[in-house]
Amino acid sequence: MEKVMADEKIKKVSIIVSRGSLDGVYPGLIMANGARMEGIEANLFFTFFGLYAVLKKYMGSIKIATVGNPAMRVPDAKGFPLPSVLGALPGMSAFATSMMNKEMAKLDIPPIPEFVEMIHDAGGKLYACKATVDMFHLTKEDFCPQVERVLTVGDFYELSAGGQIIFT
Amino acid sequence: MPQKVINGATIDVNDEGYLTNRAQWNREIAAALAQELGITLTDAHWKVLEFIDKDFREKGVVPGMRRMNKVGDIPTKDLYALFPDGPIKKAAKISGYPKPASCV
Repeated sequence: MEKVMADEKIKKVSIIVSRGSLDGVYPGLIMANGARMEGIEANLFFTFFGLYAVLKKYMGSIKIATVGNPAMRVPDAKGFPLPSVLGALPGMSAFATSMMNKEMAKLDIPPIPEFVEMIHDAGGKLYACKATVDMFHLTKEDFCPQVERVLTVGDFYELSAGGQIIFT
Repeated sequence: MPQKVINGATIDVNDEGYLTNRAQWNREIAAALAQELGITLTDAHWKVLEFIDKDFREKGVVPGMRRMNKVGDIPTKDLYALFPDGPIKKAAKISGYPKPASCV
């Protein structure tokens, strides 16, 4: 196979966060923050349930999904598979979330509200998807102050020009 | 192992220019490494470099952004203003420590 030339550095990334679970939100935030740490321009576009990561009222209580998550194991990542019916028990999601939050705190990965602020302060730009904002009947006041503005898909493509688009 | 001559002193560095022997580091070398990155060191820069030094001696790793914020009392915005386009990597390199190995 021919070797791919990779001498041109990535200068800009636009990352779409489309899911509202803990494991749906963090990868996009980590990639955006990591981009800024490398001097790469970073845009974050929150859509559908991913929007909850930037909603003032809910961003602090994003949870991991214990139902519909066949990779979920207990009591830790190398434990036994969690049966779906048990994952549905009340408190299971909160429990799994608190376990994971503890592990992340050890690695100095900030909680979501603090992470959003960090990315913003690092010069990353945060945007909300217009279709979702309309569908969920949201207003500017519902968002944390780090959100720049509400964008249409067209606006998003425009500001992503010349960079990579990553969907999470 | 590549070497570099700064102010008449020879330092050992790796392929990416990070010092491999911290004993060879001093403030003049820091200033010269900073200049190579286009940075003129001020007291504000030194506050960051001194925190990295102190924290590395304690923990054995270059502190991440959150630790810089919480423990070092250095806001994210300041770090990006002082060391543009890659604050922790640049600060680590200038302070003579290895390239940060954390994702956050």
